[in-house]
Amino acid sequence: MSVLEVKDLRVSVETEQGTKEILKGVDLSIAEGEIHAIMGPNGSGKSTLAYTIAGHPKYHVEGGSVTLDGVEVLTMSVDERARAGLFLAMQYPVEIPGVTVQNFLRTAKTALDGEAPALRPWLKQVKQSMTDLRMDKTFAERNVNEGFSGGEKKRHEILQLELLKPKFAILDETDSGLDVDALKIVSEGVNRAKENTGLGLLLITHYTRILRYIKPDFVHVFVDGRVAEEGGHELADRLEDEGYDRFLSATGVA
Amino acid sequence: MSVVTPAPSPSEQAEQQGFKAHSDGGWGNTSERVVPVQTRSDRFKSNVPSEHPDVTGREAEWKLTPVDLVRPLIDGALDGAPYAFLSTHTDGTDVEWIDRADARIGSVGAAEEKASANAWNAFEKALSVTVSGEEHSEITISRSSLGSGPRGAHTIITGTANSRGRVILQNTGLAQLTENVEIIVEDGAHLTVVSVQEWAGDALHLANHFVTVGRDATFRHVVVSLGGKVVRVNPSVALAGEGADGELFGLYFADAGQHLEQRVYMHHEGANTKGRVNYKGALQGLGAHTVWVGDVLIGPRAAGTDSYEQNRNLVLSEGTRADSIPNLEIETGDILGAGHASATGRFDDEQLFYLQARGITEEEARRLVVLGFLTEIVQKIGKPELEQRLQASIDAELNASSSAAVNGGAA
Repeated sequence: MSVLEVKDLRVSVETEQGTKEILKGVDLSIAEGEIHAIMGPNGSGKSTLAYTIAGHPKYHVEGGSVTLDGVEVLTMSVDERARAGLFLAMQYPVEIPGVTVQNFLRTAKTALDGEAPALRPWLKQVKQSMTDLRMDKTFAERNVNEGFSGGEKKRHEILQLELLKPKFAILDETDSGLDVDALKIVSEGVNRAKENTGLGLLLITHYTRILRYIKPDFVHVFVDGRVAEEGGHELADRLEDEGYDRFLSATGVA
Repeated sequence: MSVVTPAPSPSEQAEQQGFKAHSDGGWGNTSERVVPVQTRSDRFKSNVPSEHPDVTGREAEWKLTPVDLVRPLIDGALDGAPYAFLSTHTDGTDVEWIDRADARIGSVGAAEEKASANAWNAFEKALSVTVSGEEHSEITISRSSLGSGPRGAHTIITGTANSRGRVILQNTGLAQLTENVEIIVEDGAHLTVVSVQEWAGDALHLANHFVTVGRDATFRHVVVSLGGKVVRVNPSVALAGEGADGELFGLYFADAGQHLEQRVYMHHEGANTKGRVNYKGALQGLGAHTVWVGDVLIGPRAAGTDSYEQNRNLVLSEGTRADSIPNLEIETGDILGAGHASATGRFDDEQLFYLQARGITEEEARRLVVLGFLTEIVQKIGKPELEQRLQASIDAELNASSSAAVNGGAA
């Protein structure tokens, strides 16, 4: 069984005020088929964790390790990480002018598998996933993220999750900005992907709303670049009632 | 951008309060042309080189061009003899050398700058290409052995009334060429002219294409510039007849040290004419420079005009420069629409990260974005073999310049 393991991860970024330490020693272990929710107040380092695992050049790793089945991920290039089985559903996906969704999906699938997918079954899969996510047929011919609404961008991320079939996926605030209908559709997509491929999920969120539709096995509360508390689903319920105040006052950040 | 309202008639001018010549100007003194020409169609024209002032490189016409490099073409001696070319064609087309005295020569345009006049003065015979078939006909003229000495040339392309056809000018190899191409699209004709510049790395090429489009005729012009040190192709198209339709497309890919320029002029003369201009370019490598100037003039008789022009540039590396200058002049209020757009953007690290995060390598990501961006123009050619070949050329260009970038810059 595949395991994604984060050990004592310390990460900094360059800001105008100089180097700032964001992650101060994060430990996490996610096995295939598990759903982990990472919750925490704004600025606690949740997105930094997501982008560091994916390999965004903005984040400097100061120490620690991220391994996938024992193999160090941090020395891999961004595309090598994706080919190793990692996927990041982004909060703000960028526009790629001139590249259609259809072309993009096929190119990504080809890159991940090392060979082009057989055309007919692939087109059928794309069509099915788009229907499931209530996406219009014309969507495939549009340029990637160009002129997409917030909801369309998130559906497009989950469409990729379903079609590219990673071992582990990190969803960075996929729930933000979605109305309840879109949230349900997107959540169904995530649950479907998990059912079909048994992937492990790291769900990053500020609110507990999405956890009504995607049930986490573990909840980690992130405060000031560290995991402050861990528990099962009941921890999310408690956060819904109490908010993050208890953690903020405890660490003196508030 | 400049928008010019209709000029008042002399009698109106006299009545207009406060309307008098500037004391420091030279108004009305056309011989010295002190006041810069305001309207695109009013530019000085002469096919005699000595009537054009010496080129300093500071003129609006030349200030974005590396004048030092193309100096031999502007005022040097030129070889105007007929050259070897290869032609492949279907029925309904014809190609021949014609004398300078032929009535078609000079019937469309006249030189507006010195290099154009220099070519006009130098050519001994003009190459005449005629499309007359009413079924689709096609001719490809390949020039691949123009040599390294400075040349002047003249070409006449005629689409006879109600003909349907495509003319492809395919340019490769060495060249130092300044030329004029006059294109006559007679009433009811549908003519496509594609000019492909895949010159050798140190080639110099200055071209002016003068086009007149007749009543209810359709003209499509595609400029593809990929190879050459300095390539400047300037199409000037007059939609002269009522209901004439003109589509001007261009694609260019400049890599390190390359200068690719296009000055496009669409003149709506007749009523109910439709014009579309769309040029797209990519730049990669130190010193890659592209210039697009798009002039649209909607004349006083061009009621019902529908016009749109745009230029898009994709910047792939540091150290490049893309100039993009749209100009729109409207001399009648009774039009359907007139618009322009220009945007220059870069392929940035966030786009690269997004594509890489889906398993796509950096090289493939670049390729995907550039091909996607330029394909829209390639597809306007309408000839699948050529389209595929150009896609492959763009691909090769991309690989060549990205490996040059990796190896530390200039190629």
